[in-house]
Amino acid sequence: MQTSRLYSLIFRYFNKTYYKPKFGNLNIHKNYFHTTRATNEAPKTAPPAEGFMTEVAQSKFVKSTREEALNNPELEETNVAQGETKKMNMFQSINDAMRIALDTDDTAVIFGEDIAFGGVFRCTMGLAEMFGKDRVFNTPLTEQGIAGFGIGMAAMGHTAIAEIQFADYIFPAFDQIVNEAAKYRYRSGGIFDVGGLTVRSPCSAVGHGGHYHSQTPEGYFTHTPGLKIVMPRSPIQAKGLLLASIRDRNPVIFFEPKILYRSAVEQVPIDDYELPLSKAEILKTGKDVTIVGYGSQIYILEKAIQIAEKNIPGLSCELIDLRTILPWDVDMVAKSVNKTGRLVISHEAPQTSGFSAEISTSIMERCFLRLEAPIQRVCGWDTPFPLVFEKFYVPDAIRCYDAIKEVVEY
Amino acid sequence: MFTLLRNAALCSLWPKIAMSTINRRALTMTTKLLKNTLDEKASYPGATESYFTTEMKFIQSIAPIPTYRVMDLHGKVIDPTQEPQVSKEFAVKIYKDMITLNIMDFILYEAQRQGRISFYMTNYGEEAYIGSAAALDSQDVIYGQYRESGVLLYRGFTLDNFMNQCYSNENDIGKGRQMPIHYGSKELNFQTISSPVATQLPQASGAAYALKRSGKKNCIMCYFGEGAASEGDFHSALNVAATMKCPVIFFCRNNGFAISTPTLEQYKGDGIASRGIGYGIDTIRVDGNDVWAVYNATKAARQLSVEEHRPVLLESMTYRVSHHSTSDDSFAYRSKKEVEYWKQLDNPIVRFRKWLEDKNWWSEHEENSFRTSIRKEVLNAFSKAEKLLKPSITDLFNDVYDHPPQNIIDQRQKLKTLIERYPENYPLKNFKNEGKDL
Repeated sequence: MQTSRLYSLIFRYFNKTYYKPKFGNLNIHKNYFHTTRATNEAPKTAPPAEGFMTEVAQSKFVKSTREEALNNPELEETNVAQGETKKMNMFQSINDAMRIALDTDDTAVIFGEDIAFGGVFRCTMGLAEMFGKDRVFNTPLTEQGIAGFGIGMAAMGHTAIAEIQFADYIFPAFDQIVNEAAKYRYRSGGIFDVGGLTVRSPCSAVGHGGHYHSQTPEGYFTHTPGLKIVMPRSPIQAKGLLLASIRDRNPVIFFEPKILYRSAVEQVPIDDYELPLSKAEILKTGKDVTIVGYGSQIYILEKAIQIAEKNIPGLSCELIDLRTILPWDVDMVAKSVNKTGRLVISHEAPQTSGFSAEISTSIMERCFLRLEAPIQRVCGWDTPFPLVFEKFYVPDAIRCYDAIKEVVEY
Repeated sequence: MFTLLRNAALCSLWPKIAMSTINRRALTMTTKLLKNTLDEKASYPGATESYFTTEMKFIQSIAPIPTYRVMDLHGKVIDPTQEPQVSKEFAVKIYKDMITLNIMDFILYEAQRQGRISFYMTNYGEEAYIGSAAALDSQDVIYGQYRESGVLLYRGFTLDNFMNQCYSNENDIGKGRQMPIHYGSKELNFQTISSPVATQLPQASGAAYALKRSGKKNCIMCYFGEGAASEGDFHSALNVAATMKCPVIFFCRNNGFAISTPTLEQYKGDGIASRGIGYGIDTIRVDGNDVWAVYNATKAARQLSVEEHRPVLLESMTYRVSHHSTSDDSFAYRSKKEVEYWKQLDNPIVRFRKWLEDKNWWSEHEENSFRTSIRKEVLNAFSKAEKLLKPSITDLFNDVYDHPPQNIIDQRQKLKTLIERYPENYPLKNFKNEGKDL
């Protein structure tokens, strides 16, 4: 094993330096490169490296038949209403969206760290083979370089889909995203823009991610006019929202809750479709409490609602998935709170200055006379994201239930 | 056998040198730093050209990179083969732009001192970079830092355009949103300047990659100062450009200072140029006060970029005669004498004028009459721009997104209400439509 790897290495570089490759060292080459893939795919018994979310498997919001999937007013307006669906998990649906984006737009390219072999979360699997290395390629390990490169491509009118390997590592690109991408159109008087830029990045808790594989940094970016921030909750949502983000004429940061990559499985329309940005979705109607969340937190909230409605007879909760966090659908939330008179907001990011602060203030401004209890925020504690204490840190179903109880009994 | 193969390999790495009458590009490489190499090649994937040695030696430095020059301080061409074959019209155009830039700088600098514009940055001592603009194709896209107004001038940005931007008036392309000298022009392929330094570098790499993909025979020109090269963006940009084979020229204006910080406190290596080699980028250092050296090097760099998709690093050595900006008094950190020396003894404009006069393409009389007429033109544009109103207040809210979202529409409405309620609180008369179109 060791010997053959060494040979393949020597052979590869020998070949590259001295000859044009005439004959097949291709197999050796492939084996060398794809040992990682084999180890990724082989063990069916061990849990996936990126964790698993049991709540998703039991969720009523997951569409496991074609009928359920297509029974959606937003899809009825698109060309997929009569089309076929296919069982996909979230990384597959994201992959499918990017395949369609590259297929329908010759200027579109995908780049980032380790994406050529399929990406560390498999989101770009097969795309380099399908579209060529000039359209799906690895960059050096530099987040500010990735963001800057994408801005440059987008400034030339091309479509740039950049990947930041973990949202925790987006901060080196903060300057490029906040000072450059977000202000590009405004500062030039509208003569230039980087509307073709989309930055994808896996985010949120994963069970064992510690400080730097768990963060949800949407709050830092929602304070930046000029950006759009999107976070899907499921494969159908991910595909439609990602295609909309890629084609939107503004720079978009697309956060993907990594725990859903394999956990969330749905029947996803195979054709090209988009779901609207800046539009929230009511997942469950109710009359007593409005509950707002986004991303993987939706499934925690679903569970919390089940507990609450069981424990508090007659209670009916309304659940809203924000989907786009900036610019957000304040109208839908305000309309709901004006009906229910109570609001609970939940996100994984720390509470102080988290996006829930923006939601609660806006709703207080709009629904002051209708509010019957103080707005509750159920968030991560104001600490770094811890490793061994994760279960005590995350705003889990019980904490969310307790907040619902609090507003109902106020 | 290994030695033979190695030589063959080294030769194959070097592209054939294109000889031209204007410029002969020579590639040099610091070979065999370590004499005692064994013939066995080190096969580690991280450095495939390396050979083993038994000599333990730290590499401290390589020979300093020479500074390419065409003319001496008196405008005399040193090696006649290096003199570019250009028309009188072409050379005089460059010279006139250098003078125009100089006069415009003087007038706008004084305007800032009088409080008529809020900020300004002059180009004194660095005017020879206009030679680089002359070596580009008009479709080559430019990313600048902020001290490259001459490039825009060469491309045809009008005096009105400059003045309107500095005055933030209703005719400013940028709608009065950015500080003075943050110019931009779509027609002239000049991406709008932004204040954060070096951010334009990785953007230039990405833009170059897009140009390459679209099959255009063009490159990106990206200007920055030696101080900006200390930013992380410099590193990421050069590395990405090299690995992705982006047709981009990184043009460093090494003028000795980043505000008050001298280069001695900026870096320890051999300037910026020595770094290019580390990234595997074709690199050259030129005399930045010599218009033709800058022109020749840029022209050759452009050829490498466009035809071979190779990024190029060009370090142009010069001296910042001007203060950093109108917010800076540079005599707080350097002597007047030193500045005077550069002004008098090595002035790019004087050097170029001597070359023109030797050719009989320029004279004292032409100098005086051009200076008088262009001064008048600059002053005309200046007073015209000063009289114009500021842009409509609605432009405060536009272009944040392609379409304004509801929160921005609501906030615009809020400002409208406030203006109606407290009109005396705001300088409405200075603005187009006085806020009525909000």
